[in-house]
Amino acid sequence: MSAPLLKIRGLRKSFGETEVLKGIDLEVGQGEVVSIIGASGSGKSTFLRCINVMEMPDEGFLDFADVHFDYREGARARPTDAQLRALRARIGMVFQSYNLWPHMTVLQNITEAPVRLRGVPRREAEEEARALLARIGLLEKQDAYPSKLSGGQQQRVAIVRALAMKPEVMLFDEVTSALDPELVGEVLTLMAQLAREGMTMLLVTHEIDFAREVSSRVLFFDNGVIAEDGPPDAVLRTPRSERLRGFLARMLHRDAIDTAHGETPA
Amino acid sequence: MTFTWSDLANYGPGFLNAAGIVFGITICAILVSWATGLAVALGNRSELRAVRGLAAFYVWFIRGTPTLIQIFLIYFGLPQFGLRISPFTAGFIALGLNSGAYVAEIIRSGLSAIPKGQTESALALGFSRRETMQRIILPQVCRIIVPPITNEAITTLKNTSLLSTITVVELTLYAQTIIARTYRPFEFYISAAIVYLVLTTVLSHLATRVEKRYAAMS
Repeated sequence: MSAPLLKIRGLRKSFGETEVLKGIDLEVGQGEVVSIIGASGSGKSTFLRCINVMEMPDEGFLDFADVHFDYREGARARPTDAQLRALRARIGMVFQSYNLWPHMTVLQNITEAPVRLRGVPRREAEEEARALLARIGLLEKQDAYPSKLSGGQQQRVAIVRALAMKPEVMLFDEVTSALDPELVGEVLTLMAQLAREGMTMLLVTHEIDFAREVSSRVLFFDNGVIAEDGPPDAVLRTPRSERLRGFLARMLHRDAIDTAHGETPA
Repeated sequence: MTFTWSDLANYGPGFLNAAGIVFGITICAILVSWATGLAVALGNRSELRAVRGLAAFYVWFIRGTPTLIQIFLIYFGLPQFGLRISPFTAGFIALGLNSGAYVAEIIRSGLSAIPKGQTESALALGFSRRETMQRIILPQVCRIIVPPITNEAITTLKNTSLLSTITVVELTLYAQTIIARTYRPFEFYISAAIVYLVLTTVLSHLATRVEKRYAAMS
């Protein structure tokens, strides 16, 4: 196997007295699609946010392509502000609550970062943005403001906004959790497309079926550590630990209830 | 009781002139108050404790002391330190600094109304904190604070009447001067009131137009 694109060692993070990440080691290769599952409070979202340093880890190392960070207090390779920004510009992130900027049109939302941060000429950035919008079938919305879009459309624009920076990795933090059930599909379809095209992706998700179909690997986070790590079939069909079996049973139960409620009465 | 309006025609140009001074001082004071307000509001969020303390002290001092005392401090107090400024300048600086404390509170509440995700999504793309504030957060704050900022501007306009005490010949002092000559207080104070009303109405109208333009953009 060639050198991993992303390599994390000994990552720790506490909020006050609570230690949320208790030493995470992870290597992710080019083109891998890694789904992260686990109960709320297991540290999975915090871990994702530590990768592009939306949260500053307390300890540990990050290697990403040519970047090397050492988060230990007083370390020489502790990242500067400029280095953090440069890293974030290369890692796309999509959030649960879309976070499109309401005072800008869809097109402006997408072109703002490439124009200001990568120095792409505005005309060129707009052409690229239109091509991305056409791809997700939202070209006719280019001049609309985000408030005029459905949640699913907003989230797809948010994904495209991140893609416009031509990221080397995409992070998805529970991106379908805030959506109405009937809008989840369109967002997952777009993510599955990206995965097929070879985008390296890490996603925190509660969509177990999606994780099984799309990912090359599933991580089960439990209590601040990676408790299980393997191909989706192994982790999801034959879980080793009692904790994961319990978690999957609860998720399955939840889905069953959702389906029952979603059914139209005969 | 008899009203005599005949004199009014003679003083019309004088009223216009005084209205111009009120308008001029108000515009200058508003600009000072926005600059001060933004600085204090951002100071409130500074990582440096001393800067936060200074911002809090400023708002505490301005809100806790009479505007008239603040005007006197600037106009009569500063010359003691060798800073001699005209009544007009002292007037708009005093009113601007005064209003700045209230503008700071308005901006602060505007800032706290913007969801944290707006900042996060910009930072995650690689924007600096400064760029995020300038391009993403402040433009959104501007649109929510139009109504309270308008109120504050109207208050500042009305407060220019306090400057009659430091010999700025604005509307109130002008009316007083004529009344001393004609002994017609009702006619001239009501005339002054009407001119103030016209000016404040113009301000409200401007604000409504800004609000409508923003509403079209969302």
